[in-house]
Amino acid sequence: MSAISRQTIVAGFLPLLDCALLAVAARRGFAEAEGIELKLVRETSWANIRDRISVGHFDVAHMLAPMPIASSLSLTTLAVPMRAVMALGTGGNAISVSGDLWQEMKAQGAAEDGDPLSTGQALAGVIRNRSAAGAPLLHFGVVHPFSGHAYELRYWLAASGIHPERDVEISVLPPTVMADALAAGQLDGYCVGEPWNTKAADTAGARIVTTKEAIWPGSPEKVLGVTAKWAEANGDLLMQLIKVLMAAADWCADPVNLEELASLLAGPEFLDCPVDWCRPALQGRLRFDAQTEVVIPGFLSFGGIERHCPREEHGLWFYAQMVRWGQAQFSESDLGLVRQTFSPALFLKALGSDGALAKGGRDAGSALFDGQIFSEQTLADHIAGYVRQS
Amino acid sequence: MTPSLSILVIDDNRIRASIIEQGLRDAGHDKVIVLGQMEGLVRKITDIEPDVIVIDLENPNRDQLEHIFQVSRAVRRPIAMFVDKADAGSIEAAVDAGVSAYVVDGLKRERVKPIMDMAISRFRAFARLNQELEEARSELAERKVVDRAKGILMKSKGISEEEAYRLLRRTAMNQSRKISEVAQSLVIASGLLMD
Repeated sequence: MSAISRQTIVAGFLPLLDCALLAVAARRGFAEAEGIELKLVRETSWANIRDRISVGHFDVAHMLAPMPIASSLSLTTLAVPMRAVMALGTGGNAISVSGDLWQEMKAQGAAEDGDPLSTGQALAGVIRNRSAAGAPLLHFGVVHPFSGHAYELRYWLAASGIHPERDVEISVLPPTVMADALAAGQLDGYCVGEPWNTKAADTAGARIVTTKEAIWPGSPEKVLGVTAKWAEANGDLLMQLIKVLMAAADWCADPVNLEELASLLAGPEFLDCPVDWCRPALQGRLRFDAQTEVVIPGFLSFGGIERHCPREEHGLWFYAQMVRWGQAQFSESDLGLVRQTFSPALFLKALGSDGALAKGGRDAGSALFDGQIFSEQTLADHIAGYVRQS
Repeated sequence: MTPSLSILVIDDNRIRASIIEQGLRDAGHDKVIVLGQMEGLVRKITDIEPDVIVIDLENPNRDQLEHIFQVSRAVRRPIAMFVDKADAGSIEAAVDAGVSAYVVDGLKRERVKPIMDMAISRFRAFARLNQELEEARSELAERKVVDRAKGILMKSKGISEEEAYRLLRRTAMNQSRKISEVAQSLVIASGLLMD
């Protein structure tokens, strides 16, 4: 027993592959080594995560990246100012369609390798034909209205000339039931994190048509969310936790640990699923369907300061999508709140970095699959364009 | 007199749902509907037009439900969570008890508070009951495993029941473990050795 006094942190999470940092920090000794008792509490919905962090049951939580923004901007119930203090990984999502829809898309020339330009065009062709034939709207699923999944799906559809609100129907469903809904014909496709695409490819005849990594390369998916109040009252402890999670991230990134990570996450405490469903995302070798394996470097990635540092620009992209799809009204003061929510300051301070790293190398902004560059400089144009469209 | 509120309880735990339903009926609410599953929920909500929806926090469909409220044109009026954001104590009590509620916008706080309080107390009572049941079950299981371990020791060492128990207790004390844990590993070990 060490003489260091232990401090307890209670973290809420959803059983998804990108809870890896929290899982490894708590179960592979990283938290303990820093004198932190990291208590993990598995939850069943993002609504619970939001409610329980705002009443103080959780100190920190695994959150969809747009959730802290929605909370800081009071777009949800029980909204409190929140901070996304670090990204818990990049990538990890994919868009899957039913076997039937894939056959129709293939007939329209959809690429087999998940190229979003090609598969998006093919889907647009299918939708034109269906509309001409008077067929019902295709029905897609996402896990939450304020999620990377929702914005990636909508971005891909819109860039392909498909209006996400007029040309298709989009519903919210828990990720665990997506494969069954697809098999039952209640859904034609969805955007969801792994392993729920692999599950549907394995069990429901589904086909992956593109990935988050292809739509918006290197983009954050989940973040470590905290209330601004907790962050202010527990600054030192939070910085210690960031260091712990970065050590866990580097462990996750080491290929030597891949098999151990896959078994840990597949275990009853986390996903409680076959370990075979966890490997494809962690290896970057996705089973697009039962026969086709596609190598996607960086499909779901952990490790390194660059990847885990929150960026104002990323927060602003999510905010721009909220404005685009009518979830938020644009305002200059909200821009300030978004920047504050996704500020890299605490993260960099925790790691003793001077801030040069976060700015360097990314001045060019984020490139999306359709050639759009999203950066501080182009933000105003994007938002103005979105506001005009709506 | 104001018309009575219609209350929709969504809970796939049928025992708990009926406990809440009974409580609400006893309090004079005659329009209580219980739903165990989410299938066709939008249509049902349109038909029922509930003033208050009570849902358990274990339900993985809360995100779906909130989204339906947000976008559905079929639902009568926008539905907001809890009566009043300022009512922090009641929100905390609800989340603590494992229940959440959605309330039609504009409904008076005084009318909804008793419903929430009822749901909270019934949820707590149910959780307490469950825990007691769980404890009783594990106590029984522990007693059974200790009996089996005693039997094994009596046979293998040719000692009395009392001596077997003392041996178990001494081992447990020396290793700072529970007697039932020592018994459990003994049962497992002897099971392995006999195969």
